[in-house]
Amino acid sequence: MTRYLIRRLLSAFAIIVVVSFITFLIFFAIPSSPAVLACGKTCSASRIAEINQALGLNKPILTQYWEYVHGFFFGRDFGDNSRVIHCNFPCMGISFHDDSNVWNTLMNRAPADLSLAIGSGVLFLTCGIGLGIAAAVRKGKSIDKFAVGFALFGISLPIYFTALILQYFFVDKWNLLPSPNYTPITQDPGQWFQGLILPWASLTIGFLAYYTRLTRSTMLETMGEDFVRTARAKGLSRRTVIFKHTLRAAITPIVTIFGMDFGYLIGGAAVITESAFGIPGIGSLAVQSVENSDLPVIMATTLFAAVAVVLANVVVDVVYGIIDPRVRLS
Amino acid sequence: MALELSTQIVPVDPPSSFLEVRDLRVHFPTEDGLVKSVDGVSFSLEKGKTLGIVGESGSGKSVTSLALLGLHKGSRAQVSGQIWVDNEELVAMPESEIRTRRGNKVSMIFQDPLSALHPFFTVGSQIAEAYRVHHKVSKKDARIRAVDMLQRVGIPQPERRAKSYPHEFSGGMRQRAMIAMSLVCDPELLIADEPTTALDVTVQAQILDLIRDLQQEFGSAVIIITHDLGVVAEIADDILVMYGGRRIEYGSVRDVLKAPEHPYAWGLLQSMPHLGGDVNTRLNPIAGSPPSLINLPSGCAFHPRCEHRDRVPDNRCVTERPELRPVPGTDKHIAACHLDGDSKTEIRSAADRLAK
Repeated sequence: MTRYLIRRLLSAFAIIVVVSFITFLIFFAIPSSPAVLACGKTCSASRIAEINQALGLNKPILTQYWEYVHGFFFGRDFGDNSRVIHCNFPCMGISFHDDSNVWNTLMNRAPADLSLAIGSGVLFLTCGIGLGIAAAVRKGKSIDKFAVGFALFGISLPIYFTALILQYFFVDKWNLLPSPNYTPITQDPGQWFQGLILPWASLTIGFLAYYTRLTRSTMLETMGEDFVRTARAKGLSRRTVIFKHTLRAAITPIVTIFGMDFGYLIGGAAVITESAFGIPGIGSLAVQSVENSDLPVIMATTLFAAVAVVLANVVVDVVYGIIDPRVRLS
Repeated sequence: MALELSTQIVPVDPPSSFLEVRDLRVHFPTEDGLVKSVDGVSFSLEKGKTLGIVGESGSGKSVTSLALLGLHKGSRAQVSGQIWVDNEELVAMPESEIRTRRGNKVSMIFQDPLSALHPFFTVGSQIAEAYRVHHKVSKKDARIRAVDMLQRVGIPQPERRAKSYPHEFSGGMRQRAMIAMSLVCDPELLIADEPTTALDVTVQAQILDLIRDLQQEFGSAVIIITHDLGVVAEIADDILVMYGGRRIEYGSVRDVLKAPEHPYAWGLLQSMPHLGGDVNTRLNPIAGSPPSLINLPSGCAFHPRCEHRDRVPDNRCVTERPELRPVPGTDKHIAACHLDGDSKTEIRSAADRLAK
């Protein structure tokens, strides 16, 4: 198991290195001149040269990449003799837009991002699996029809629509919740929770549908397996047959899909929800940085998303290894 | 649906045998019509004896065996008739009660143990689980019992192998583990559904020996379901030949295999390759394919495939369903065929001449 984990981590690391290099190439090598972007509208040739010098943009790309990676681990200084901006250990550069430290910006955004992703992930995973099991066990009955119908309904609603509807009823009409507003958990856990109820709910409605259908179909498929018949033939109770024998085997594809979805969510895929409820997450940061052509921030959010997806997949692989003993060998 | 049918008041007529199946019917309603997988099957079996149920795929063998475990309950199947095991009737028994017998008094060895064992649990834990369902013992004691069972079915290093997963076993070892699991509660009735189909020939012989030895040790009644007459000849006392969900021939193995009465049973016998025979002779299959269970052929269900139906006058094979009639000069041998005794003797001797 340890060797399996180490192998997975090594390959994850390799993937992140490759992703960082490709992202670097795309953002720093292809646009004609990052310096023009950094410089702004009123810009002279000498100013561009200065910026190129200060940011090291006049060096060969491989050297620049090396400085980026080296700078990430050991810190680096930007600027020339007149003005030096120091950037400490996890250095992802300095924003072109406002000279702020990109790593710090990223870390300021991460808690809201994680709160949104983890909360809704837990919600839609548990509710989706629960509904899916209920639908599969009572196939053709009313609960099944409800689950399948609800799933279709949820899938066809765009998140910005759900978000607005929820906000209209729960906040404006019934006054059940305060206007959604992100409060850090360290500041006030109660308010943090209240502020996230609607964002969690609207994300959940979108994803729940998918997980219900997935669980239902894999459960139904597994129920037809010989080993489930064997479990019944042993005289096990219906509950044990469903939850121990069937679910255990049916859950692997769900874990795989969840790993990917969860990685995307952390990586900022919830951007619509973020902007609908004013949550300062990674997704909206990425959108802002694209609007500002703020290359270091774009680079950082892309890498953050890549790391999130890759790590989520490592976790999936490990969970897979725990669930299915056959995976551990190969 | 199954319950509605089965709660009909039936005249209680206590059976004389340990296992007695009377007029068992298992029907599945489908969109295309009613599939009569088992349609009026009866047989009986004493403890310590073995019954071989023989037939093609779709003849109702496996559906019969699942009915003996009550595994059709909760499905769409409509089950009627009576199944008496040790003076208890199982068809009308509620699920909660039949569950305490399942895997305990009646247990089953499934074919293809790789798919019949759960891939994610160790072999030992699966056997221990089967024991703990019916016995109030600690996990540790159940484990000891599981290891003990693995040893009894001839698995080397049972202590270590109990911690292995099914995919780490060879085919023969998996079937041994499956047998260990089905015997862990000392069942009085053991049903083996094609227990040797997925195995190579030498392992087949070992598994059959194992089942026979364990049967002698435990004194259980055994039903062995197969399409391999060789297996039946080897291990069974009685044989039941099924076709299209019905009995067509039943009797002691000696009587039936020596002088089968039904052309289908002849066909099964003749389709077997002979060891030491000429390797260049073609195999002799039964022509045609198994009948549709929704719309069985009229009269004798076998008539479309039967090459002797012209010997029966008045086209009776097509119009009239043959009754099961006792075969003269035998103990309990019965068969459902319109052919008279003279024609059968004639056909048989002709076939014998051909074989020589």
